Amino acid sequence: MTDTTTTNKGVNVTPKTSVTVLFAGDSGDGMQLTGTQFANTVAVYGSDINTFPNFPSEIRAPAGTISGVSGFQMQFGSQSVYTPGAKFDVLIAMNAAALKANLNKLHHGGIIIADSDGFDGKNLRLSGYGEGNNPLEDGTVADYTVFSVPVVSLTRKALADTGLSVKNIDRCKNMFILGILYWLYSLPIDTTITTLQTKFKNKADIADANIKAVTAGYNFGDETEMFAQFGRFSVAPAGKQPGTYRRVTGNEAAAIGLAAAAKKAGLKLFLGSYPITPATEILQTLSNLKKWGVKTFQAEDEIAGVLSSIGASYGGAMAATSTSGPGLALKSEALGLAVIMEIPLVVVNVQRGGPSTGLPTKPEQSDLFISMYGRHGEAPMPIISAHSPVDCFYAAYEAAKLSVEHMTPVICLTDGYLAFSSEPMLIPSPAELSGIKPVFAKERAADDAPYLPYKRNEMGVRDWAVPGTKGLEHRIGGLEKANETGNVSHDPANHALMTKLRAEKVEKIADCIPLQTIDNGTEKGDLLVLGWGSTYGAIKIAVDRAIKAGHSVSHAHVRYLNPFPKNLGTMLGNYKKVLIPENNCGQLLMMIRDRYLIEPIAFNKVEGLPFNEMEIEAKITDIVKEL
Amino acid sequence: MTDTLTKLTAKDFTSNQEPKWCAGCGDHAVLQQLKSAMADLGLKTEEVVVVSGIGCSSRLPYYVATYGIHGIHGRALPVASGLKAARPELSVWVATGDGDALSIGGNHYIHTIRRNPDLNIILLNNEIYGLTKGQYSPTSKIGQRTVTSPNGVVDYPMNTIALTLGSGGTFVARVMDRDGKFMREIFKRASEHRGTSLVEIYQNCPIFNDGAFTPFTDRERKADTTIYLEHGKPLIFGKESDKGIKLDGFTPVVVDLNDPKVSRDDLWIHDENDFIKANMLSRFFDDPDAEGDYLPRPFGIFYVEDRFTYEDALTAQVEKAQENGEGTLEELLAGKSTWTIK
Repeated sequence: MTDTTTTNKGVNVTPKTSVTVLFAGDSGDGMQLTGTQFANTVAVYGSDINTFPNFPSEIRAPAGTISGVSGFQMQFGSQSVYTPGAKFDVLIAMNAAALKANLNKLHHGGIIIADSDGFDGKNLRLSGYGEGNNPLEDGTVADYTVFSVPVVSLTRKALADTGLSVKNIDRCKNMFILGILYWLYSLPIDTTITTLQTKFKNKADIADANIKAVTAGYNFGDETEMFAQFGRFSVAPAGKQPGTYRRVTGNEAAAIGLAAAAKKAGLKLFLGSYPITPATEILQTLSNLKKWGVKTFQAEDEIAGVLSSIGASYGGAMAATSTSGPGLALKSEALGLAVIMEIPLVVVNVQRGGPSTGLPTKPEQSDLFISMYGRHGEAPMPIISAHSPVDCFYAAYEAAKLSVEHMTPVICLTDGYLAFSSEPMLIPSPAELSGIKPVFAKERAADDAPYLPYKRNEMGVRDWAVPGTKGLEHRIGGLEKANETGNVSHDPANHALMTKLRAEKVEKIADCIPLQTIDNGTEKGDLLVLGWGSTYGAIKIAVDRAIKAGHSVSHAHVRYLNPFPKNLGTMLGNYKKVLIPENNCGQLLMMIRDRYLIEPIAFNKVEGLPFNEMEIEAKITDIVKEL
Repeated sequence: MTDTLTKLTAKDFTSNQEPKWCAGCGDHAVLQQLKSAMADLGLKTEEVVVVSGIGCSSRLPYYVATYGIHGIHGRALPVASGLKAARPELSVWVATGDGDALSIGGNHYIHTIRRNPDLNIILLNNEIYGLTKGQYSPTSKIGQRTVTSPNGVVDYPMNTIALTLGSGGTFVARVMDRDGKFMREIFKRASEHRGTSLVEIYQNCPIFNDGAFTPFTDRERKADTTIYLEHGKPLIFGKESDKGIKLDGFTPVVVDLNDPKVSRDDLWIHDENDFIKANMLSRFFDDPDAEGDYLPRPFGIFYVEDRFTYEDALTAQVEKAQENGEGTLEELLAGKSTWTIK
């Protein structure tokens, strides 16, 4: 066993409430794995965390260059953590390019742990610093605390007797640096050792080498004068709600949410989908859930993806499709079909920067309009949005519930930020999940009155009549239906009636969803910051700070974008001003203005980057000054 | 449970909706034979789903008293594929046309064929767009004058059978709309085949493309312009059954059986499991009205292959994953790696 439990003799330990770390290196340096390991350890130790990977769009961008830099950012703390952090406290730089690409986001006086072996002539040239201009030595990093460690050399030395090839030894350098970080933050290395033993259970030599490297890194911290002088940090457990946790990304959470909804409803989940960044992991995750009866169909295109789900839904499956902007555009016609067929379907749309191919790996909130208005004809669909990685689970679950219980396609909006971010999820018990009751039509005898597929209940919802059931044979499709019988009808009055009935059915969902609540702040006041989706964390922190600064500011986050909660209009009237920050050019703002005839203040950011709390805090401060 | 023992008739498969196709349209005959075939097959109305796209032929589901989906243009096949994957026990039929399946739905067509779900595709090919009133389709003939090709079609026509074989089709057949009984038998074979069955029907549109198939239906000419494929039988055609096809190396040639130098033993024997020969037969695509020699147009079953279906393979994977029991909701929520905070 390693001696990680013995505290370093006499070294000063400074407690911290939150820390933001960026692991940055070449895309081949294993930064995602290293970051994930660190995240798992701090989570198990009880901190709250939020992580966000930042990788190049190219699979293998040239090594050593800025475009080849891969990053894994995380914030952890002894209190609730809502974002992966705006600026870093610690920057791990495996090479010169990693430093160059990220130095501007390091806090003044922050810590740099650099692998000095990644700052040789070649790396300096490729990074753009230029050969002979080593930033670790020329004053570039004079304002920071720099630990320049020859990680490759030290790893080779530590693993010299393993008999592994130099190539395999060098691949353990990320574990060495992880060991240093564990030491620095007073964290044990056991979680990582257990993971390595499991991950490489059939490659004992590789497991041993990695364990040696992480131990060597830890001991290096323990034994090296420069670290001892600097001291260590500690982050106390966050006092999170007791229970069992797992770490999920937004995409994993959405996938599990759909599968859980199907289980709860007693249905089989079918996902028809086509790979698209940043939504692909939903298809990937669900393709691994066959044990739970999940069937995935990787279609030939986006259109076939949604249509296969429409077919499966007609057949009585809980059907979903996952996509991102360009795919949602392609699915528009099929969504109109689902609207007129009045069958359940969940569309999880993971928003990215648009239009067109746009910024495939970058988040944006610019698909609200296409979700709301992006179909020909009068084709309303309910829209639910997720505000955090974990909330992707609940949003997808609820989308499935509404879809099945109200016989309508539902759009669940997440985005690339939530999709790739991760955070701890308190695992709910099955009983805690709300029940889902499909409205199946029952078998009919030959002498019963003819079945009426478009007869509705008091919520305006028709039955789900599934093939294989006797006496329910019926033909439906894209042509306008006669009320109740569902036969093709071109009657003008009938079309007007059916248009109204379809719209009312969606409107009535407002009776079934929770009222809008205030997330933070008072129920009346000067300013309401109204957000939706992934801006939650940044708004939460910014409003919290504004309240602490004595301002009359509140935060409400809209989950149900169509229909809106019934009390939303009244709530907006309780504030002198309403501020709507969005990663688009004002889409929710226009919907709010249109619906409630008020003039909110817009705050828009379309840079392919999420808001950070400082931006929103500054905006709030500007507004309250004028009030 | 008497109804499970009573065999249904074509009438039981007739819905209460009056077909709205033009008088004389080939679709009427196809509908009738389809309903008869379903009755002959002993299918029950509640276990059948007819899925279609858009076009004249795609109205067919409304007239069959089973379950049915009239979807969107070109895209019946993904709807049917998803339905079949979710509910493999259903009998799923697809009614489509040349424009629907081969033009706007071309991508879905080739991918469905290669995946081989157990669907029965009835492709009514009238070589024209009927519902939009007479524009040329992907199977229209070169030079054909239509409202959108006033100077004649310059698009080279699609060969449905060759496309289907090229996409990995496992049941490939062609029939003429007038051959009612033959069509019914082919429908039954198509239904019994496990995998995607393609039945291309040459269907006359009396309004916008009347007579498109006259060279193959004309009483005087059809014996010479068509050949009926029968498994294990030599390729013989002609009014007097005196013409045959033999292979001269890799080249099919028409031989005169009255010629004493020609032996019937040399004739091409149709083998519906021979992929290479099926491909050659698919290229019997000459226009009898064009100049020069032509090979007769084949009807019947070109090719049959016994290959796993998509839904069977998918279901097998699900069953394998569940061999130690289906996952519970608790297990799903917990995932593989958890930690506990006390």
